[in-house]
Parts: sequence; structure tokens; C-alpha cells
Amino acid sequence: MTAADSPLLRMSGVSKSFFGVEVLHSVDLELRAGEVHALVGENGAGKSTLMKILAGVHRPDAGVISLGGSEVHFEHPLQAQHAGVSTVFQEFNLLPERTVAENVYLGREPRRRGLVDVARMDRDTEALFDDLGVSGIGARTRVRSLSVAQQQVVEIVKAMSYDARIISMDEPTAALAEHEVELLYRLTRTLRARGIAVLYVSHRLKEIFDLCDRITILKDGSVVTTTETARITPDELVRKMVGRSISTFFPDPLPGAELGPVRLAVSGAGNDYVDDISFEVRAGEIVGLAGLQGSGRTEIAHALFGVAPFTRGEVRLDGKPVSPTSPREAVRAGLALVTEDRKVEGLALNQSVLANARLVLDAVLPGAAGKRAKAIPGILSSLELTARSGAREVRYLSGGNQQKVVLAKWLATEPAVMVLDEPTRGIDVGAKRAVYELMRELSARGVAIVMISSELPELLGMADRILVLHDGEISGELPGGVDEEAVMTLAARPMTAEAAR
Amino acid sequence: MTLTQQAEAPRTAAAVEGRRRAPVRLGTTGIIYLALVAILVIGTVLVAADGDNLLAERNIVDMLTRSSVLGFIAIGQTLVILCRSLDLSVGYVAALSSLVGATTMDGDPARVPLGIAAALGVAAAVGLVNGLVITKLKVNAFIATLGVALIIRGYLDTEYKGPAGSVPDSFQNFGYTRIGVVPLSTAVMLAVAVAGIVLLRRTRTGYRMFAVGGNDEVARLSGLRTDRTVIVAHVLCSMTAGAAGLLLASRFSTGVAAQIYSAGYDLDSIAAVVLGGTLLMGGRGGIAGTIAGVLILAVLDTVFRLLQIDPFFRDVLRGAIIIVAVALYARRQIDRHAVRARFGKHGRAAGGQDAPRPVIPEARA
Repeated sequence: MTAADSPLLRMSGVSKSFFGVEVLHSVDLELRAGEVHALVGENGAGKSTLMKILAGVHRPDAGVISLGGSEVHFEHPLQAQHAGVSTVFQEFNLLPERTVAENVYLGREPRRRGLVDVARMDRDTEALFDDLGVSGIGARTRVRSLSVAQQQVVEIVKAMSYDARIISMDEPTAALAEHEVELLYRLTRTLRARGIAVLYVSHRLKEIFDLCDRITILKDGSVVTTTETARITPDELVRKMVGRSISTFFPDPLPGAELGPVRLAVSGAGNDYVDDISFEVRAGEIVGLAGLQGSGRTEIAHALFGVAPFTRGEVRLDGKPVSPTSPREAVRAGLALVTEDRKVEGLALNQSVLANARLVLDAVLPGAAGKRAKAIPGILSSLELTARSGAREVRYLSGGNQQKVVLAKWLATEPAVMVLDEPTRGIDVGAKRAVYELMRELSARGVAIVMISSELPELLGMADRILVLHDGEISGELPGGVDEEAVMTLAARPMTAEAAR
Repeated sequence: MTLTQQAEAPRTAAAVEGRRRAPVRLGTTGIIYLALVAILVIGTVLVAADGDNLLAERNIVDMLTRSSVLGFIAIGQTLVILCRSLDLSVGYVAALSSLVGATTMDGDPARVPLGIAAALGVAAAVGLVNGLVITKLKVNAFIATLGVALIIRGYLDTEYKGPAGSVPDSFQNFGYTRIGVVPLSTAVMLAVAVAGIVLLRRTRTGYRMFAVGGNDEVARLSGLRTDRTVIVAHVLCSMTAGAAGLLLASRFSTGVAAQIYSAGYDLDSIAAVVLGGTLLMGGRGGIAGTIAGVLILAVLDTVFRLLQIDPFFRDVLRGAIIIVAVALYARRQIDRHAVRARFGKHGRAAGGQDAPRPVIPEARA
């Protein structure tokens, strides 16, 4: 074994329990210099805990961590950082109101004669970015005005500025659109070329196979296996993670489900953000909305739901014209919207599962609340949220279970049209599958579904038809099951035309 | 930027554009000073219509004098609000330090430095208590400083039934001397403001205050001692309130309690800070804006006095102006998060936006 192959970091026999529940069971993990190492597993498999142990947020109950051959004990995130282990957490760790440079050098601003040397700090920051080949992010730009992808880059550069030898990233692409991911890819590859070990946690299989050299699979707190990426297929990977195969990943329509009459008809609709939007959704149909980030997908959902209503055109629901000017009216008309950010827009995090599930009923449909609320326990258990968990505060649930609560809340209103905006963002494979199955079931019951997603495979796998948006307008319609390139071409077409000009 | 790069990372284009445009853009502080000028102009016109001159020397002196006491307090209040804290005890601290200062000086010019030190020392101690209660006992700042305020009030009401102590003539100069139209006290206040601006913009302590107020957890994970930052802010805040108390003592030539703590400096200072564009939720703002907020309130008060507006109605007007101003900021804040409108009232056909638009609309302030 050469020196280059000897691991930079070795974790062996790492165990951790919270309140008597073992979340990590004797985990072994090795990171080599200059590799991108994927850590995969369903939510609750222990990925986050393992990362937090590495980051010094949690201390292991048992096990040894050695870095460059010598044993280390991190008591605080700072210690880990000084030892060269940086972590880019899932939640953003930047101050939106401060500049890029102020964020990168937070807590260790260069000083001259006791005062912060702003010019040098900016220069050093620009140098860091130049060094890593990142362009287009100014040191004096406020972080708030950066895109999500750029903010991720700033976080990684900040991590690098601590002379990191190991960088772990917890779902760095969870909030990114497909085209933004490329920026992160490039940076990650640069890091690898520098001999830095990258621990990469992601739910997106495509990224793992595009980017990672080795994969460690966690299941229920134990390592299933560590393997070279080349020696495993996506299918095997999913099977090892969940014991299911990817070919059955997207459930087929339920037997007997067929398209009914048109339930939602939008014609010539528009507002400040979108224009000339016309489409129909039939009972039992799933229509996908594809497009780049900012192309107007969410704006259509918001317009339908009365958040920022259409100012022209017409929307008909079951033949009757509707023009909700508030979500309240939209709910009354029979619409439901599962928002893209469940923590901010979907849930009262410090309330119980039951209270959240009843929220819309109690607030908007008090007349029907009593009758429909009786259905809630059934809905919850059909989503595999046990009755016991009904009293738990939602914030203690995993992302997947939180999303199920959001769904339960809307199912209780018995909507005619359901708009799902990024319904599987940041949830594990098992919960994704549950969401897909639920969508099929709703279709069979005649609900018209509009599905918005940045993950093309899921749109292609689930939608009967796909509308592609570009710059606020529909640039084309495709049948379900087409290939990704066809969608991307429509989504980006005018842009490539501009670039060619 | 080449075309290929643009195709690869369209969003960076907007950011670069933003960076280029940034210096031209009028910041929040600039807007507040514009508002100050606008209010001065409107006030001048209104007062002129009433047959008086707002910009006469005595009126300018009146405005500046009014702004010095509130200015001191609001500077400190800015620091704590930036840290996402709050100080409701400033009025009581000012009252306490006016009494401590005046009784320590006791009419003896030689004891002036001692009196100043004692007043500021006591104020700093109160700030330390505020900061410790908030950070270590984890009491909400609103409640913590309200409690401390009540304690001070109880002490003042039992110990000092009326004015106490005496301020020597030499120290009364602090309250009454003028350099041209600028009262000495206002000049000192502005000097403190400049010191505060340097603190916030050029020292690590200031940077930490923005970080702690912006996001406590981010600050902690970046290795900052967040508690210490909040405590420092509270100590400095109480000390500026102490300075205000000394100024009031020099004007009254004695230390007084009820007259000071019932003057409403606590809420006025918060109003001035918020008028000055500092977020009540912390993390953004600054002292330059606060000073504009203080001046706006001072101009309003002087205009109201010259127009002989009923004091009760004056409060109604002040309240309305503060609410309108903050509502306008809130709008700006909302607009910032919204995607910029892409289509006109009647869509593209009628709107005719043929000019090249950014590929991804970037919300900009």
C-alpha cells in the first residue's frame, strides 16, 4: 500500500445513541486524500449523525477517529475545523445580510492596528475564489443577493479557507436546480484534484454516480458496504439501501385508473411573473411542470392558489370559473398546494402532528371540520404515520415524515386539484416511494394533480404529460416517459439560442 | 464574461451585474437621509406658511439640542438591537446615572471626573446585569430589561423623593455651551456616533454583533463567543444611556429621577433606531441611520412646537409617522424577496419587453 492510498481519516467502531436509541452501530469509514466519497442511506440511517460526529458537533459513545494516523477527539466544531475537517451543513450557515468576505472570514477577520483590514479581507477572499477557479462571486456582494448554488460555493470556499483536508457536505444540492449543480460539480472536482477528501451525502443517485469515487452505504445505523462506484449499479445501490429495486421505483398507475373529464382548465392566464399559460388537467391525470429554477413553475402554483393570482386569463375548476385571490378562497374552491419548503411554508413546526393535520380544516373549512377530521387518523395511518406519533411535535420528525404530515393536511380537505411543488425534496427513498404511491392512489380517486419538480427522473416517471416552462412561458409539452434531454432542450432552448447569437 | 460561461452559469451574470451596479444604488441609510431632508423641506414650508422660520438659528439649536440626549441613548440601543436584543431600561439608567453623577460631584468642580466615572460605572454595571440575565439566565431581553428597569425605578422612588446632588458650573457647560450653532452636547454625541460607526464597521467586536444578530447559530459555529458579544453590547448601551443621564444632569444642574424616566426615552430610542433602518430582528442596520432617525424625530418635535400643535395630537402624528416609515421599510423588504415582475399588465404582447432580460430574474433591492 502506497502512502497515497493510506487513509487520511479512519473512523472505526463508531457508535452513538440518543436517549437509549442506538443510531450508529460500530461504523467504520475511511476517507482517502483526493477522493469523493459518497455516504448514502435512507433518512434515519445515521448519515447526519455520522457527519456531525466528524464535525465535532456530537461526540461518539464508542469508537476511534484518527486523522492522518493520530487519534483525535473533537469537543467542539471549531476543534474539528482547526484540525482540517470542515463541514458544509444542510442548513445554510451564512449571514445573508453580510458580504461574501465578511462571511468567509467571520470570527477571524484580518486586522491592522486593531481595526479590521477590510481591503485585505476582500483581496484575500477574491484570491481564494480565483484559486479555486470560481468566477462571478464578488467579495463585497451581499450573500442575500447570491443564488442558492453560489451560496453553497461560498460555504465551501469558507470551509476551504480553514485549510481543510477533509470537507463533508450534507446534501449540498438539495435546494439546487439541475443546471446549478454543475457549478458544485466543478468545485468538488477541483477539491479532489487538490488532494482533499470530500465526504458527499446526497439523495440524488445521479450525482453519486457522476461525481463519487467510492460509496459507503448506511442502513439502520450500520455500514452495509463500502464499494468503488464502478463496481455497483444504481439498481444494486438502491436495493442495498432499502431492499428494493429501482425498476419498481416509480409505481405504475393503479389498475382501473383512467382519465376522466377535465377538472382544471387554465387558458391564457398570466400575471407579473408568467404569461400566456394554458393547460388542462383531467381527473386522474398527473401533469408535470418542468423548467429551470426561476422559470415560473412555482409562480404558476402560487397563481392557482391565490398567493400571487393571475391577473388575466381564466381558470376553470370542474367547469366553473374560479379566481381565488387568497389561499383561503383557493382551498374553498377545492385546491390544495403542497409548498416547496415544508419547514417554512408547510408546517407549524412546534405543534403536534395532529394539530398540523387539522390546520387547514379548522382554519378554512370549520363547517366541515368535524366530519372530515374524523378521517385524519385514517389518513395518517395510511401514510404510515402511527397514531402514537400524533401528539409529537412535527419538528422532531424526519423530513420524510414531515412531508407526509403536509400531505395529510391537504388530503383532509378532499381537494379536487392538488398542486405538488417539489413533493420529494430532501426526503429519503422510502418516503419518496410513499409519496409516489399516494399520488397514484389520488389519481385513481379522480384527483387532478399538477406536479412540479427539479428532479427530472421523477417527473418522467410519474407524469402523464409534461409542460416545460421557460422564462415564464410554456415552451412545449411532452408526453410522460420521454428522455431527459428532450425536456432540457425545451427548458433551455431560448437560452442556448441567445448564447449562440 | 464569455458566452459559454453565460450558458453554463447564468445566475452568476446577475451577480456580477449586481456587483457592478452596487455603488450607484442608494443604500437604506441614504434613503433615510433623503427622508430627513424631505421632512426638513416640508417642515420649513409649513413653518414659513405659519409666519416663522424653521431654519432660524434658535430653531436649529433647538433641534440639535433635542437630538443630543436621545442620540446618546439611540446609539447604544442600535448596538443591542443589532444583536437581536433590546433594552427597555435605558430611561431608568439615565435617571440613575444623573443622580449618581450629581450626588458624587456635589457641586465641587474637582469631583467632576469622579462623578462622570461613577455615573458611567454604575450604568455599565446595570448593562452587565442586563447582558448576563439575557445570556446566562436565558431570559428574553424584553422581560429582562423591563425587570431591571422596574428594580431601578423602585430604588429611585424610595431613595430619591426629589432632585438630589448638585452639578458644578463647569460641568453645566456640557449642557449649554455651543460651538457656532452646534451645542457641545450634540458635538460629543456625534463624536460618540462616529466611534460607534467605527466599532461596527472596522472592529471584530462590531462584526460579531452583526453576526450574532443575523444568526446566533451561524456565529456560534464560526467560533464566536456569542454571549460575550451580547453582554458587550448591553454594557455599551447602558453607558451611552449613562452619558445621556449626565447630560440631563448638567442641564437640570442636579440629578432627577421621575422627570427623566417618564420622558419615554426607552421607546423613543427604539423608534429612532427602527426609523434609521435597523432591523428590529437584528443583523442589519447601523448608527448612521439611527442618527438620521433621531434627527427626524427632533425636526418633527420642533416643527410641531413652532406650529403649536396640541401635545396629544403631536403624539398621534409621531406615532403615525413611525408606523408609516416602518411599513415602507417592510415593503422594501418584501419586494426584495419577490421575483421581479417579468411581464407587464397585459402580458408580453402588449408589454413589448423586447430588451434582453436577464436569463434568471434576480431579486434586487
